[in-house]
Amino acid sequence: MNLQAALPLTDSAFALALVLLLLAPLAIAGVALINTGLGRSRSAAQALLGNLAMMAVAAIVFAVVGAAFTGNLPDGSGGAGHTFHLAGEPWNWLGAGPILLGGLGSAPPLSQLALLFELLAVAMAVLIPWGSGADRLRLSAGIAISAALAAIVFPLLAHWVWAGGWLSQLGINFSLGVGFLDAGGAATAHVLGGICALIVVWIAGPRRGKFPKEGLATAMPGHNAVYVAFGCLLALVGWLAWNVAGAVIWLHAPLAALPVTAVNTLLSASGALAATFAVTRVRFGKPDASLCANGWLAGLVASSACAGLVTPAESIFIGLAAGVITPLLVEVLELALSIDDPSGAITVHAVGGLWGLLAAGIFAPQPGQLVAQLIGIATLLGLVLPVVYLLFKLLNRIVPFRVDQDGERIGMDLHELGGGAYPEFVIHRDDSYR
Amino acid sequence: MKYAGLLVMAAGFFLSIAAVVLFSAPAQRGAFVVCGLAVEILGLVVAVRAHMEARGESRP
Repeated sequence: MNLQAALPLTDSAFALALVLLLLAPLAIAGVALINTGLGRSRSAAQALLGNLAMMAVAAIVFAVVGAAFTGNLPDGSGGAGHTFHLAGEPWNWLGAGPILLGGLGSAPPLSQLALLFELLAVAMAVLIPWGSGADRLRLSAGIAISAALAAIVFPLLAHWVWAGGWLSQLGINFSLGVGFLDAGGAATAHVLGGICALIVVWIAGPRRGKFPKEGLATAMPGHNAVYVAFGCLLALVGWLAWNVAGAVIWLHAPLAALPVTAVNTLLSASGALAATFAVTRVRFGKPDASLCANGWLAGLVASSACAGLVTPAESIFIGLAAGVITPLLVEVLELALSIDDPSGAITVHAVGGLWGLLAAGIFAPQPGQLVAQLIGIATLLGLVLPVVYLLFKLLNRIVPFRVDQDGERIGMDLHELGGGAYPEFVIHRDDSYR
Repeated sequence: MKYAGLLVMAAGFFLSIAAVVLFSAPAQRGAFVVCGLAVEILGLVVAVRAHMEARGESRP
């Protein structure tokens, strides 16, 4: 896509992007269902309530303070913010906007769309670590994580990538392509969420009985494959809307370029599913439903970074690669690295997103784009990950992440909510504790 | 050890930024950014190893 030839936002493009953003929450609903389905039945109500609560807290905190640091309001030009100079170039590192979304109603249409997009992206980002902490992460801890991400970490990253921050200016200041590209939130929502998932798992530790003293890790399959599969279908609709809206808002893509973005999204997910299906068929003799769902989602996540930039053939390749990586890495994380990630979020969102960002650089026609993408990836791994680790360590001292042993034994539903998700079902004794 | 790994990751990030600031030739810049990423991955490996060792000691 030739970004230099971008058209200004027309009324029809504004209307289309708004309608698409109203459909984008289906992606969040899909991820929430997948998180719930991949957890255990005795924690299902807590998981789903946690998804809602975290989204609600993230939306409020982002509206109150986070949006001010993002700096899309009031003029939407991305020029506002705090800047220092290094090597003769400005480095815009923090946005400066009004708190409580002041002036939103009178802001330019593109700024309003950008803010809505960011509000949805922060809601998606906070759900991702919640899935990884399933069955042992306390509701209050999830809410605290959500508030911290929406107030500080996400706004900083969103400013750097979307609101005229230093990553988006790499093209102007250092001739690196058109600057760091992330039209669908692969970095700001998915990689950030995946990094948070890794840190939550590090801090909260594995579920009790997951890694016995001797022998292999205990299998703790998700309790509802139907939720997971339905979540994947919902996620597809949401992702199509999300990626196309992102192409309109961040890439200023002309309307004629939007069907290709949608096709690329579907092809990436399809390629990923096909690859995961084949890999699990070869590895285990039969295709694995939950890993295939993870593969599908990894394809969608990878498409977030590059659906508006690549060709359909490249999308299939990107999806195939994501689909091969996903089941293998899920296995390595669990069996070799002792990382208990029930939803597979680290692989799906962090690694899938990083692969998409890298692929955007590999396939982009602009010279220097690959280096710009690599610098974005280096920022996520080398700056965001350590900062989030320290932040979560501090948070864990104030609001302990992990539930006590008794709570884990009886299940998060009974412990935190006083009632289960399936009151008419018999919940069996946990045989996995050794 | 986990903190050491995280420090190494941050060092890799600053190496990548230094590459952008110090070099103007695309090849040199690209090579140093890749080196920065390699350092970050090294740091991540150290942090993950530290996590594994801690888990091994606390297994029931």
